Amino acid sequence: MEEGEDTLFGLLARIGRPVPDHRPWPRHVTDRAGWLTLIENLGVADWSLLGLWGEPAAVHAALRAEAAGEVAVISLPCPEGRFPSLSAVRPAAIRLERAACDLFGLTAEGISDDRPWLDHGHWGVRHPLADAPEQGATAVPYPFLKAEGHGLHQIPVGPVHAGIIEPGHFRFTANGETVVRLEERLGYVHKGLEGLMRGKTPTDAARIVARLSGDSTVAHSIAFAQAVEAALGVDIPPRAVWLRALMAELERVANHLGDIGAVCNDAAFSFLLAELGQLRELVLRAADSCFGHRLMMDRVVPGGVALDIAETGPKRLFDLTAELRRRFAPLVAVYDGKASLQDRTLSTGIVTTGLAARFGAGGFVGRASGRGLDARKAPGYAPYIELEFEVPVLTEGDVNARLWIRIREVEQSLSLIDQILRRMPGVPRGPDGITPPPLASMPAGRGGEGMALVESFRGEILTWVRVDADGTIGRCHPRDPSWFQWPLLEAAIEGNIVADFPLCNKSFNCSYSGHDL
Amino acid sequence: MFKHILRSLTGGPVTEASPGPSETALAELAGRVDRASKARLGRSLSIRQVDAGSCNGCELEIHALNNPVYDVERFGIRFVASPRHADVLLVTGPVTRNMADALRRTWEATPDPKWVVACGACAIDGGVFAGSYACVGAVEAVLPVDLRIPGCPPRPAELLAGLLALLERNATAP
Ligand code: SF4
Repeated sequence: MEEGEDTLFGLLARIGRPVPDHRPWPRHVTDRAGWLTLIENLGVADWSLLGLWGEPAAVHAALRAEAAGEVAVISLPCPEGRFPSLSAVRPAAIRLERAACDLFGLTAEGISDDRPWLDHGHWGVRHPLADAPEQGATAVPYPFLKAEGHGLHQIPVGPVHAGIIEPGHFRFTANGETVVRLEERLGYVHKGLEGLMRGKTPTDAARIVARLSGDSTVAHSIAFAQAVEAALGVDIPPRAVWLRALMAELERVANHLGDIGAVCNDAAFSFLLAELGQLRELVLRAADSCFGHRLMMDRVVPGGVALDIAETGPKRLFDLTAELRRRFAPLVAVYDGKASLQDRTLSTGIVTTGLAARFGAGGFVGRASGRGLDARKAPGYAPYIELEFEVPVLTEGDVNARLWIRIREVEQSLSLIDQILRRMPGVPRGPDGITPPPLASMPAGRGGEGMALVESFRGEILTWVRVDADGTIGRCHPRDPSWFQWPLLEAAIEGNIVADFPLCNKSFNCSYSGHDL
Repeated sequence: MFKHILRSLTGGPVTEASPGPSETALAELAGRVDRASKARLGRSLSIRQVDAGSCNGCELEIHALNNPVYDVERFGIRFVASPRHADVLLVTGPVTRNMADALRRTWEATPDPKWVVACGACAIDGGVFAGSYACVGAVEAVLPVDLRIPGCPPRPAELLAGLLALLERNATAP
């Protein structure tokens, strides 16, 4: 086969050697020459970047060939602390490479932007996750990109914003009302999560990753659990698989309902926020009564789930989906029928299909811009392979399209909840009548590497984990979908008026905490 | 749409009865509130929420306070956009080192008298993030804290009980 026509697996086999005990997809270790060949191939192939993360002396990139359905990790040892940057061929790599530099001291050679990203100079230490972190650090001014021209002015916003939202800094350059450039500066809520997970048992580390992004706690917990289970070759009880999906769909519905209302509120239509806020509350209360926590935090654990659904749960959830269907449809009709509202959302904050594809954006941001990927379908995982649902796709890429994707996803998730309730395997009763929670025990004294792709309400989460031989976490990298959506917000707002920024921002609703780690 | 409004008008409020103020929260507060400020504040409280590194879970529940089911405004509790308008800073998160400055400056921008409420496990003692190179830990390590509302995240009813304690203490002052 000629160069440039390789399949992803074909290329990796040519440039690297496979690592044993990496599941469910292969990982290959290459050398500098192989890495450069990879970059060359990325220039012509349409493989998407799923993630990029560092280790003290290595860098890893996860890639996917969408058409062939191939997913793989490629690793480059970098004992000198340098590696050739992927950013020229995959711009989504830029911030990930800047983060790898901040945390591990790995230099991406040839990166177009070498400013620090997560490190603001306040940690008292540089490269905290490197083998030998440098003590002491001072904050240096952060040079924002320049936009020069007649009549341009800058508007700095944040990190503390005007509402009840997460902190981050936005630097607008505007010409009158029109935004010429937006530059994001993130990292304010960097908590050192990856460092905290090191050396913990999977069960303890799960409590940390469950707090990476509170609105996606279920999805991140599932991704971490699946990665650990893959690494250790653990089969979990079938009922746990279904209970996880049930929680994941409840989480998706709750977030979409709240956000659809909030987007409309940012267009000064508070009626829908009030109505949809009530529906969201119904979901959280149902989650509370079924699983004992409104956000279902710490319910998904490596090996299965921490507790079974309350006995009254299934009935309550059937009632919930019926009530939501009854009350949601008329509210959608209100949105659809309000010209003054759509005046704000139509053709506002457009992300072109080309840009969404270039950044590999997933979730409703990607799907509103023609990118119909959904980890529940491809690569797919249990129990979704057995369930019927559609993945809505639009191409307009504006606030309105992102809203409609979320409306359709609410409908699909309600159907999924019903299907799951109907088809979930029954409670296995022990001989003494006691019902054990659907939870497999974790093997001790065994290591391995695993990864998982799981669809959160925002999009696809990639979690990669290495469990050391002593059974503790050696390295875990949870990559929130926000990494590939934040950069698109900068593009979406260009040419819009400053006053439409809250609307655009809410229609993305990227996670700060999930991104900042 | 008009059908909806009609139904909302005739259907009665969806808002729930308020929970009682929490005793422990009240007790914690008692020693700290100064007389003059009590008189000045009366029965309304303006809150500026500051996310100092939260996972966003606490914010979700604080948001819920504003939905029609909890409707916190009926108690005279309002969330305001600027610390300059605030009586209370409601702080969440394990105070990341990257946010510590902004938190301090927000506090400085808040006029006296002011109260700081540490909301959630992270704000109280760092939660699961305690000990990280990137976190200061408890809000108390950065600002004087007047009230703690435990939980991960606290439920809206628990938030409400905590805030009501703050309010009741003010209202009953001479
Ligand atoms: S207390 Fe819990 S919910 Fe609140 S910020 Fe911390 S981890 Fe998140």
